[in-house]
Amino acid sequence: MRLGAVADAGTAISTGRPGRRPITERARAERRLAWLLCAPAVAVMALVAIYPIVYAIYLSFQRYDLRFPDSKSWVGVDNYTTILSSTDLWWQAFGVTVLITVVSVAIELVLGMAVAIVMHRAIFGRGIIRTAVLVPYGIVTVAAAFSWQYAWTPGTGYLAGLLSSTAAPLTHQWQAIAIIILAEVWKTTPFMALLLLAGLSLVPEELLRAAKVDGATAWQRFWRVMVPVMKPAILVALLFRTLDAFRIFDNIYVLTQGSQNTRSVSILDYDQLFTALNLGVGSAMSVLIFLATALIAFAYIKGFGAAAPGQELER
Amino acid sequence: MGIVLAALALAVAAGCGGGQSSSGPVTLNWYIFPEFSGAFVKSAAACSQASNGAYQIKIQTLPNAADGQRQQMVRRLAADDSSLDILGLDVTWTPEFAEAGWITPWPQDLAQKIRNGTLQTMLDTATWNGKLYSAPFNTNTQLLWYRKDLVPNPPKTWKQMIAMATELSKQGKPHYIEIQGAQYEGYTVWFNTLVASAGGQIVSDDGQKVTLNQSAVQALDTIHQLANSPAVDPSIGNQMEDQTRLQFEAGRAAFELNYPYVYPSAKADVPDIFKNMAWTVYPTVKEGVPTHVTIGGIDLAVGAFSQHKQQAFDAIQCLRSPQNEIRNAVLGGLPPVLESVYNDPKFQKAYPMWQAIFTTLKQASVRPKTPAYQSVSLQISYTLSPPTSVSAKDLGTLKSRIQDAIDSKGLVP
Repeated sequence: MRLGAVADAGTAISTGRPGRRPITERARAERRLAWLLCAPAVAVMALVAIYPIVYAIYLSFQRYDLRFPDSKSWVGVDNYTTILSSTDLWWQAFGVTVLITVVSVAIELVLGMAVAIVMHRAIFGRGIIRTAVLVPYGIVTVAAAFSWQYAWTPGTGYLAGLLSSTAAPLTHQWQAIAIIILAEVWKTTPFMALLLLAGLSLVPEELLRAAKVDGATAWQRFWRVMVPVMKPAILVALLFRTLDAFRIFDNIYVLTQGSQNTRSVSILDYDQLFTALNLGVGSAMSVLIFLATALIAFAYIKGFGAAAPGQELER
Repeated sequence: MGIVLAALALAVAAGCGGGQSSSGPVTLNWYIFPEFSGAFVKSAAACSQASNGAYQIKIQTLPNAADGQRQQMVRRLAADDSSLDILGLDVTWTPEFAEAGWITPWPQDLAQKIRNGTLQTMLDTATWNGKLYSAPFNTNTQLLWYRKDLVPNPPKTWKQMIAMATELSKQGKPHYIEIQGAQYEGYTVWFNTLVASAGGQIVSDDGQKVTLNQSAVQALDTIHQLANSPAVDPSIGNQMEDQTRLQFEAGRAAFELNYPYVYPSAKADVPDIFKNMAWTVYPTVKEGVPTHVTIGGIDLAVGAFSQHKQQAFDAIQCLRSPQNEIRNAVLGGLPPVLESVYNDPKFQKAYPMWQAIFTTLKQASVRPKTPAYQSVSLQISYTLSPPTSVSAKDLGTLKSRIQDAIDSKGLVP
């Protein structure tokens, strides 16, 4: 949602790219108005977002450990070197994060599309179906994660016993990662479905009927008609979910606390900041995570041509 | 105009000082772990009463887990929160809080009062750079629990214990040795006990250098021998205090290294096992050398930003009075830090294993004293996990990782 706000702000100024024809007086006046209208939002953003980000970047170039306040000093890029040369912690966590992101977003896309089509086509009880589908998304993530944790703990849980009577899947790396992905998928598929449902309603009914008359099969109608029309909505949904999934924290925090090498980069960063109280290294890691998410957003928008909300209007 | 301003200033001053002026008792916030028997509530009320209106102690309950307790206090202290008057610190936190300037050292005369009659090892945990920063409040330590019906004579050394368990496994009897081997603080406690019992120390007294040597090799060998013998519980890599207790209560173990709370627990849960349950001091690593079990417990400190330090120092002295220490032991099961209490018949009745505990406490060991203890501990349990793959070859890695942790270099696992 935050991203939406930024993109909206960006829309207003993206008309005057170099190489285009000179903008008219009216466009200029509109742009000025847009700036004025955005100003309050920009001011709030500067206060609550830009200041902490700049402060984190400033901290990331220092040796600053709350436990050793006397040895605070500038260390240049040392913190970054430390992190990027840590294969057994940083790159391990990075790999786990990417794995969880890719797998969970892929499953969510397929499931979400199926759910969206069901919601779209439902003839009766539409309201109830849509509400029911959204229930997992409405439950607080931490509460849901705790119920998964209990379910998969031998002795207290009904799911742990499915594998074997003594299995403790949360104590094994791959099984734990699978459970984390399951919890993520369960939780956020409704969100994906909701975004896709909005896209589905953009597909004109006449187009589908015309395709049917031309002899297109159900699959062809889906793949050749619906998906291309929905593409902007799909890419926006993917973008939001990828950014969210990459920053996964609460599910892992509750399910495994990052043990057995199930840490995501956010969990590892939390450990540096709140357990080790190492503000320098922790801030540097936060900056790296920020860069990674910025890169993801950039790749989606430039690479796949995902439209930021509102951008279609200009085309 | 001037009058209005003066009146305003007065009103503001009165507002700020509300309830803290000489008219009423000051409120002292006591941040402490959740104690469910109600012993602390009673002590707080009794001390507030006895202060004759000087202070009123208000308990601020911290989260259950030690990490959560530390994080909550650290976050407040990092923001110079003046509402932290009395802090319940785990025995490993004093150096960290002292070095960061978050707690107030005890004045010389009061420090001397605290030192009198208090267990020496607990005083060690409360001292940093030669100054007493906190007052020992309660302590704890592990004993060896075993099954009388399976083990007629308890083992004196780890070697004997592993041999006995191996023998029992050959006979098809319950034989596991239950110990905490999960990747967490409890595993560091085990390693610290082994190193100390072999005559070593993990970190130098000043907290600057890693000092693992030949004794660490013996400690690693002991873990290796247990983890690769029939005596080991296959799930040692996930075992914390409570899992080991449950395995013993389930009748799968012949030995268990754990805190005294397992005794009343077995009494309530499994009377059959309980009637054969016996205790003795923790086994040694080297024959003839006494064992040095890692000490646990809570120290009370006065927050550096507190507005009522004098009252807080007074209150802490009251909270750890002999009567309150006995109540904490009898109601809450918390072993006291005052040596005199161990001779009190009331305490001995509540604590049938008091003698073994007292012996253990008199020669207990302290975990590495450094402000970076959290990182050191994480590196130890991370490097030595899982126990089944531990060998003497890990010493080099372990040393360099601990030194990095002390120097706050690198990442923590």
